[in-house]
Amino acid sequence: MHAAQFQHDHLVHFYHLHALDWVDIVSALKADPKKTADLADNVSNAKVGGSAYYKQVQQRIQTFVDSGQLGPFSNAYWGHPAYKLPPEANLMACAHYIEALRLQARSARMHAVFGGKNPHPQFLVVGGITSVADLKPDRIAEFLYLQKETQEFIENVYIPDLVAVASFYKEWGAIGGTTNFLAWGEFPQGENEPDSLFMPRGLISKRDLANIPMAVQEKVAENVTRAWYEDGPSLHPYKGETKPLQEDPKYRPDSGKYSWFKAPRYEGEPCEVGPLARVLVAYGKGHKEIKPLVDATLQKLGIPAGALFSTLGRTAARGLETIAIGQAMPGWIMELLENVKSGDTQTYTPWEMPDEGMGLGLNDVPRGSLGHWINIEGGKIKNYQYVVPSTWNFGPRDDKRKLGPVEEALIGTPVADAKQPLEVLRTVHSFDPCVACGVHVIDPDSNQVYKFKVI
Amino acid sequence: MEKERSFYQRLKEKGVSRRDFMKYCTALTATMGLSSSFVPKVAEVFAAPVQRPPVVWLHFAECTGCSESLLRSQYPYIDELVLEVLSVEYHETIMAAAGHQAEEQLQNAIKKYEGKFICVVEGGVGTKFNGGYGKVGGRSFLEIAKDVCPKAAAVIAYGTCATFGGIQAAAPNPGGYKGVGEAIGIKPLQIPGCPPNPINLVGTVVNYLLLGKLPDLDDMGRPLFAFGNTIHDKCPRRSHFENEEFVEEFGSEEAALGYCLYKVGCRGPETYNNCPTAKFNDGTSWPVEAGHPCIGCSQPNFWDTMSPFYEEM
Repeated sequence: MHAAQFQHDHLVHFYHLHALDWVDIVSALKADPKKTADLADNVSNAKVGGSAYYKQVQQRIQTFVDSGQLGPFSNAYWGHPAYKLPPEANLMACAHYIEALRLQARSARMHAVFGGKNPHPQFLVVGGITSVADLKPDRIAEFLYLQKETQEFIENVYIPDLVAVASFYKEWGAIGGTTNFLAWGEFPQGENEPDSLFMPRGLISKRDLANIPMAVQEKVAENVTRAWYEDGPSLHPYKGETKPLQEDPKYRPDSGKYSWFKAPRYEGEPCEVGPLARVLVAYGKGHKEIKPLVDATLQKLGIPAGALFSTLGRTAARGLETIAIGQAMPGWIMELLENVKSGDTQTYTPWEMPDEGMGLGLNDVPRGSLGHWINIEGGKIKNYQYVVPSTWNFGPRDDKRKLGPVEEALIGTPVADAKQPLEVLRTVHSFDPCVACGVHVIDPDSNQVYKFKVI
Repeated sequence: MEKERSFYQRLKEKGVSRRDFMKYCTALTATMGLSSSFVPKVAEVFAAPVQRPPVVWLHFAECTGCSESLLRSQYPYIDELVLEVLSVEYHETIMAAAGHQAEEQLQNAIKKYEGKFICVVEGGVGTKFNGGYGKVGGRSFLEIAKDVCPKAAAVIAYGTCATFGGIQAAAPNPGGYKGVGEAIGIKPLQIPGCPPNPINLVGTVVNYLLLGKLPDLDDMGRPLFAFGNTIHDKCPRRSHFENEEFVEEFGSEEAALGYCLYKVGCRGPETYNNCPTAKFNDGTSWPVEAGHPCIGCSQPNFWDTMSPFYEEM
């Protein structure tokens, strides 16, 4: 189920939340459908294609544009000089944008099969899951074939599109990088966590891929100096406090508070979390599925491993882990089938709320490392703190004025037109933010400050 | 007729047969409680609107799960809704514009379509500290709601946060969050749920396009076609309730047999929604079918009034 979430989220992120930073829809209208078909045949194994198909997609876009109601595509940066794709590549990507919209609705059904619905599946309870009645061959087969359909699209469309688009934007292999990376890891394949995790746990300091120590939760602390909470020292989540200021918070980025995010730190350092962190940790550790995928992609694009520390690397890593996880899924599903076959349908362990206790859970979700910490007293929750992926990535500066990962990544981004900072969107979106956020662009020539909301 | 033919042609090219489409329209018509004579009219609405009705979708305090739910719509798929049925003028998640361009687009849309657009609100509205706990581009949700909602032809509060305040309104509600209706003193059409079933939004919009008015509502502003019965009324496990066949522990033999979830905390008897008949994700399942008790996610203030979850009512 969790792997299905990765497949679905990453697909939607690439096509529907990130692609239009790289793909110019308006330019697609100028494409030659036949040349587009040739291009698509050349780069992908997509099931649908051919010049008639691309002609039809182009006509559909043309009809939409001719209606004069541009809807969600109004007022964007079409024609911006930072768009580099030829019209044919733009048309191919637009067609796949629409295909992916349809596919994701079907992919999400994987969640509904065992989870009742998507979004917000309801089948998880403390102690296990509730959908024991769905552990039947027909439901397992339904899941298996939805997964197969999704994985086919990922391998034959998503990844070829990713590589084709990336080949026009190689300079983004030197833009938008950060320094430290944290992955709690995910997908236990046995009892001995964290060793059995398919996506391994680890910490990368100062981009050193040769030496990746195990990440330990004791070294996490959050700082609120620049966040809209009552001031206090950096605290480990077990001791964490959440005391929002009792006022209309004012935005004071220069020296005051400016964010609802706390600033999480690992041994005092900010860390990027997410697909790039997970893939770098796996790559550095010589992961037998991830390493060859990364090497082959670098070779295909003709770029060095150092280019992974970038916006391009982040967007590529998301696609590559989607393939690797998707390839592992059928094995996990067959394991479930074997259990069911042998009569093992244990899905729940009874439990009782303790009077006193502390506990934590660490894992990785599509956007990155997630940790929950709970403290129980008198049979009730006394404190509950979580440090979620977007807090790691989008957190503000701390008491030592250290920048958060996204803040760091944006430094040095070339911006062709400060009034239309498409380039800024590329890097911010590459982190897959769970929120809207604000970015201020200062034009060094005029010192004019432009404020942008990145959504 | 020409238009209609090309519409079915288009569907066919996308692998959707005319039969599939009519089946969807029949399901939608049934969900809305309309007679079957409306089926061809429902199909017409999707086939050839003269001008696509403009929609302004506002995001306040929410998780975007409601928008995500709409992305899961099948027949019509979301690309049909966006490209051919509606004109989504402003929607933070799916729109290509960002920053000033996005806010400018909002202003353009409400000016151009004043009194004519459908405003869909997703998320709760903060009222404490001048609405200061929730802002978009420096403007509070409260200010934006007061600016945009009165200019709409109709306001649809979509999801439990927009209708009743949602999770941020749960005690102690530090930001003073409320549903949009209560926050600014209007009476929107309300489609609660966490998230709602997209078929209920599509059904409401079709009703509007077809009959030129919103569907019949109950005293809380909820469409009766979707919220006229409790979960318990229509639950396929109802006979187990009558026979006193209950699940008392998850993962048990009774759970595997699909017995009634009343004793593990099901709130179906108090919750108005059409989950058992409409189901989610193209009819794949719904929470009770997955063995999970209903948590009453479409009822007012369910975080406070329906908890502790998993305990008998």
